[in-house]
Amino acid sequence: MSGREVLTGRHFMNGDDACAEGAIAAGCRFFGGYPITPSTEVAERFSRRMPEIGGVYMQMEDELGSIAAVLGASAAGARAMTATSGPGLSLMMENLGLGVMLELPCVIIDIQRGSPSTGLPTMAGQSDLMQARWGSHGDYAIVAYAPSSPQEIFDLTIHAFNVADRYRVPVLILSDEVIGHMVERVVIPESQAIPRWERKRPPYPPEHYGQEGFKAFEPDASDLVPPIAHAGDGYRVHFTGLTHDPRGYPDMSAETHHELVTRLMEKIRRNAEDLILLETEYLDDADVVVISFGCTARSARRAVRDARAEGIRAGLLRLISIWPFPEQRIRDLAHEVKTFVVAEMNLGQIRLEVERCVGHPVRGVHHAGGAMIHPEPILEALRASAAQTAGRQK
Amino acid sequence: MTEAIVVETHPLDRIMRSDRMPHIFCPGCGIGIAMRCYGQAILESGIPQDRHVVVSGIGCTGRVAGYVHLDSYHTTHGRAIPFATGIKLANPDLMVTVFSGDGDLAAIGGNHLIHAARRNIDLKVICVNNFNYGMTGGQCGPTTPTGARATTSPYGNPEQPFNLPYLLAASGANYVSRWTTLHVRQIKDEILKIFAKPGFCFIEVLSSCPVGFGKSNHIPDGLEEMRLYRERSVLARDIPLDRLNIDLREDKPIYVGNFVNRDIPAYAPPQLAGSAEA
Repeated sequence: MSGREVLTGRHFMNGDDACAEGAIAAGCRFFGGYPITPSTEVAERFSRRMPEIGGVYMQMEDELGSIAAVLGASAAGARAMTATSGPGLSLMMENLGLGVMLELPCVIIDIQRGSPSTGLPTMAGQSDLMQARWGSHGDYAIVAYAPSSPQEIFDLTIHAFNVADRYRVPVLILSDEVIGHMVERVVIPESQAIPRWERKRPPYPPEHYGQEGFKAFEPDASDLVPPIAHAGDGYRVHFTGLTHDPRGYPDMSAETHHELVTRLMEKIRRNAEDLILLETEYLDDADVVVISFGCTARSARRAVRDARAEGIRAGLLRLISIWPFPEQRIRDLAHEVKTFVVAEMNLGQIRLEVERCVGHPVRGVHHAGGAMIHPEPILEALRASAAQTAGRQK
Repeated sequence: MTEAIVVETHPLDRIMRSDRMPHIFCPGCGIGIAMRCYGQAILESGIPQDRHVVVSGIGCTGRVAGYVHLDSYHTTHGRAIPFATGIKLANPDLMVTVFSGDGDLAAIGGNHLIHAARRNIDLKVICVNNFNYGMTGGQCGPTTPTGARATTSPYGNPEQPFNLPYLLAASGANYVSRWTTLHVRQIKDEILKIFAKPGFCFIEVLSSCPVGFGKSNHIPDGLEEMRLYRERSVLARDIPLDRLNIDLREDKPIYVGNFVNRDIPAYAPPQLAGSAEA
């Protein structure tokens, strides 16, 4: 250890820089990226820091190349990531699917900006949520987190690498311009305090598997995750984006396809309880619960506290993870509270999910992006919801 | 009709995934020849088999990754080179070869091709050029000669094709060659050469595709194309690179040989003295 891997101490740092430091502390040694506002500071930080610690900063020719290089580095055993924003995320969609299909761990941070298209490059958005979940073709599942502060970007970047490695899945950090450019205190712990979950590796050396060879895509029954063999390990594995059998060989049969795609979905669904991260405030006696995430959750917290001061029994459910969606938690909560308000800087992406879970329309506080949603409109929605539910009771 | 000769073993059994045979290549296709040359070169390279890695994209040639008994990655259309870039930079001890077709590397992957050459990244690229998109049934592509027929150029290709050696030379590659599938010895020797040569190395292998390209362009079978290669291949000596265009349909020389052999330092990620691995 040169002492430069983990910058233990208290820092005054923006979210983009905190992401790079979290990744480096987590052992990320390959960054492949393409500059794009408002994520560029992530790349800049990596370009300064990687040469200090024996890592690789690779500036690719576009985002298609960035994500491909990240997957290649991961296949060779490196913890690898990229950083982008909406237009770049769109370009990464095909190979996000490749990452899912090849079960290559990687981390993608999306510092969201006003979208669609070129949108508002320098201003915040929270509208890539559905794209992250559904943007690549076909059925698939990924994991996504939404930090609400630079400290949380640091912590969640480390966690994202651990989750990616444990479940062999691309993990997205769906941050936003506000959090990416916000400067706050970031406390970086001692290196031994950084949690590290290792990739599950083949249990035996290559020769053990004899003529048949190591079955690189045969999952363990317990978690549906196959152990990973890296390039150069000697297992002579074949990875293909084609539908493949447990050996990794292309298999153009409907049965194999159904089995494979189902498993790729199921390994996330089955482990959802371990993947979902939530923060709650005042839920014990809440009548109205605000569901929010990322920068908007900061306003939501203020609105909930202000509502409490007015005597409204408001609560907060902050989604730290976006995908997998906490369906069961919200269904359970729907039995305990009277109604929900969803606050998000898009025109209703997470509200749609919440409505799907609770089975009826809920109030939304939305803005298409460019300006952070202030506490006031959320407080207004809480007042209106409280009045409505009170009216209903009469 | 002679009886098929069935052999129990093949000299390249060690290199090929025999459990995946028969392969999908059509009768008369040249990809198997290029694959065999690659296999032979691996055997003779002196580099342990487990240090060889192959990456391919999509298309007929992209299927080669599935047939060689190496750590092999069959990626997305056009993205073999950046995927291989990640592997190579994460583990520089590996000998990483990109084995893919002209459509994959020069059309959808064209940007990655020129940028990898510009960086002079230490990748070995074998590009099988069959002048069309074979996998999808014979559409025109970036190497289809002007006027040639394809299923998407029924009135003749209105575009001019890439002259790949010229493109790669201009982009900065350290080593650029072209051979045809008739030149098995030269291909194997060239692959051995590029295994030993640092930086971005590119070998274009002209290949027959009777089912895709040949049928519409009066080269109805693989043997006929081999005859063209034998009659018209000319070892290029002092031929300006901009004159290396190929049109099999015209009675013109097919220039083959090594066109670029230089020693620009291969890409190395910057490392500060005193860093963890410096």
